[in-house]
Amino acid sequence: MTRMNRRGFLASSAGLVIGMTLPIAARAQSGAALAFQGDGTEGAFAPNSFVRVAPDDTVTVMIKHIEFGQGPYTGLSTLVAEEMDADWSQMRAEAAPADPVYKNLAFGMQGTGGSTAMANSYMQMRKAGAAARAMLVAAAAEEWGVPASEISVSKGVISHRDKSSGFGALAEKAAQQTPPEDPAVKSADQFVLIGQDLPKLDTEAKSNGTAIFSMDVYRDGMLTVVVAHPPKFGATVASFDATAALEVPGVEAVHQVSQGVAVYASSTYAAVKGRHALKVEWDESGAETRSSEAIYQAFSEAAAEGGQDAEVIGEGTAGIDGAAQVIEAEFRFPYLAHAPMEPLDGVLEYAEDRAEVWMGSQFPALDLPAVATTLGFDPANVRVNVMLAGGSFGRRAQDTAHFANELAEVAKAAGPGTYKLVWTREDDLHGGYYRPLTVHRMRAGLAGDGTLTGWEDVVANQSIMSGGPMAQMMQDGMDPTSYEGSTKMPYDIAHARTGWAQMESPVPVLWWRSVGHTHTGYATEVFLDMVLEAQGKDPVQGRLDLLKSDKSRDRGVLRKVAEMAGWDGTKVKGEKAYGVALHESFETYVAQIAEVSEVDGMPKVHRVWCAVDCGVAVNPNVIRAQMEGGIGFGLGTVLFDEITLGEGGAVQQSNFDTYRMLRINEMPEVMVEIIPSDADPTGVGEPGVPPIGPAVANAWRALTGEPVTTLPFAKKYGA
Amino acid sequence: MATFELNGKEVTVNVPDDTPLLWVLRDELRMTGTKFGCGVAQCGACTVMLNGMTRRSCVTPVSMVDGSFVTTIESIDGPEAEAVQAAWEKLDVPQCGWCQSGQVMSATALLREIPKPTDEDIDNAMAGNICRCATYVRIRKAIHDAADTLEG
Ligand code: FES
Ligand code: FES
Repeated sequence: MTRMNRRGFLASSAGLVIGMTLPIAARAQSGAALAFQGDGTEGAFAPNSFVRVAPDDTVTVMIKHIEFGQGPYTGLSTLVAEEMDADWSQMRAEAAPADPVYKNLAFGMQGTGGSTAMANSYMQMRKAGAAARAMLVAAAAEEWGVPASEISVSKGVISHRDKSSGFGALAEKAAQQTPPEDPAVKSADQFVLIGQDLPKLDTEAKSNGTAIFSMDVYRDGMLTVVVAHPPKFGATVASFDATAALEVPGVEAVHQVSQGVAVYASSTYAAVKGRHALKVEWDESGAETRSSEAIYQAFSEAAAEGGQDAEVIGEGTAGIDGAAQVIEAEFRFPYLAHAPMEPLDGVLEYAEDRAEVWMGSQFPALDLPAVATTLGFDPANVRVNVMLAGGSFGRRAQDTAHFANELAEVAKAAGPGTYKLVWTREDDLHGGYYRPLTVHRMRAGLAGDGTLTGWEDVVANQSIMSGGPMAQMMQDGMDPTSYEGSTKMPYDIAHARTGWAQMESPVPVLWWRSVGHTHTGYATEVFLDMVLEAQGKDPVQGRLDLLKSDKSRDRGVLRKVAEMAGWDGTKVKGEKAYGVALHESFETYVAQIAEVSEVDGMPKVHRVWCAVDCGVAVNPNVIRAQMEGGIGFGLGTVLFDEITLGEGGAVQQSNFDTYRMLRINEMPEVMVEIIPSDADPTGVGEPGVPPIGPAVANAWRALTGEPVTTLPFAKKYGA
Repeated sequence: MATFELNGKEVTVNVPDDTPLLWVLRDELRMTGTKFGCGVAQCGACTVMLNGMTRRSCVTPVSMVDGSFVTTIESIDGPEAEAVQAAWEKLDVPQCGWCQSGQVMSATALLREIPKPTDEDIDNAMAGNICRCATYVRIRKAIHDAADTLEG
């Protein structure tokens, strides 16, 4: 196969752009035209910015969402393949570069997050596939001199009576057809591939070591850089002495950047050793010097004062004030690091007039301009290659583009050249951008007959959005990501209130897999379980009775999970206890039941049953994988994890020895069922996480009588 | 300076003696299948075979492998490795994929030692390999599946 040059692409695909994409000239300027160079081939047919049909019959889908395990390579390719009537074996996925044509329709800019990848792409990718199919069919009609309406397509074969062809042979002719304005898509009963357990497109490369992530990018003459960051949040460089660092063999330079002091070396090891030898004096005048305990104390006091109204139902707290019985609890949630398995890293090639970046960019629409601004380039002269990333869980979704900025500053400080910036695990865990430390103050009122008359949940935490570019999405100074999940509860409670006290700290915070739901799901579902017990109600039936009449999807997953686990109202059977939790996030409904016993004073989770309703199940295999992974991720967190600031404000955890990850011997068996649905698909990357913590805590309370209101479990029960 | 056999070929590298094998593989030899996750023998992402035994390359100074045989994910082979990789594909084990080279190395070593491992054997052999995506359910199934394949 010959490589296609840029001109070849422009010539062969001129006029092929369909409604949803930019005109070709704009694409060429913005860099998207390059998208199909790479392994593009002579005579390829690219009906739009998302689909390319090569003469060898392969169909490549440009994936606008970063792949870090949640499955967009496979999921989005499935949508295209479905509407093209392609065969799954001919499908390939390729990362789309930073370009406005690849924006997330839910965000209005290119980026991945909020479990939106499938939801926002569902129609767009299907129409992209349908357009390609229509043009291939038109080409066949012309070639064979038959009406297009008589042509059928199945498993990648276009046919009319005795004539048939693959896609590749018709690619060139298809390229000359007029793209349809608004191609029709299939109805759900016509789906052939959607709903099937199709094998994932990225599995092979990830099983044999050939998958290339940004840390795997090596360029000639490249220097590896590590940065000495401040030991406390908000501290800055006062002065530094690089003498000893520069004596380390392999260290080539040391420069100050706004985030700290950067050490440049010919290898990663030399850079790390150089950083060890570096002497830096820090100015801590603006630093956070409180310990986690002191921060909890301040947040707890603020929560007790009630905060601002985030949601008031009926007469708010009126149902508690005069109640016969008031139940109260305070929940404490620590800072959490995302700890993606591949820490943050990226490569930047810096020339006089342009720059090219390789990184696991989750918000390319923000990372690209950040690099351009720092280097003083027109954004058109910066290219960002979105690489496979070794996990993110929110860590790479940087509204402040802080990593891209640091990478660009590192390059700028040293001048033209190629630089790989690497954060070690210690940098990652010390580096902030944590799930916000959060306090929930919960109260419920019961009437004499046990009726739930009132509910209040006051949340105290830092805002993720305020102070950054997302602040414009806040309304009346309120950041819903701080308390989402405490508001809009599915339960029918006549009088309820959610309050929010916005707290301040120099500790940077960020969205962490399921964002506000990481703590609201736990606080509401554990507290509700305590209320149901006080009412003498069954945890499953009590929830079903309390759900609003229109909450059929919540009811559906709860009923299903109870059936899967054989729930009969017995919370403790021998040494094992069972706990249930229900939580919707990102419009995906999940209920889980956990089977828990006590081993060495800590919960041991044996089995978890999980029912999920995410609308149309595009790829059940990926959905099950995300539920399994979400459960393991959430479980390890509630059992073991906290980032704590010690006296003086320094982070006390440095690596996986002190920030404990769940290991295989601690992973429960997981049973997943997906509720059949015709509703538009919603995301699955995050919603598996919130219910596992409360399900385990509810089982643990049934077993031991002790509610766990401070996480992680290990704080109280660990060795 | 160290000389060793890497994936069947002799290599000589001129780096300080204390340089971890992981960074020699990646930075000097550009073998990028072996991954960095922690640098302190906690996660297993950097697992290679040293003289046929699994080894955390991030804490193995290159001077220690002088005269040894090193095998990485790029060339691991034999019936156990093939069965493991086939099972990994059949069950779609990887999510982000970053830990999976190490998982495949450890699983292969396990099956070479214990052709028909129990769940407890799997726990013992694999607990040193962290998967942040928690693909553990499928890792366990895939190892059993590979063992079944090997049994024929
Ligand atoms: S990188 Fe070697 S064990 Fe983690
Ligand atoms: S697949 Fe992501 S860390 Fe294992």
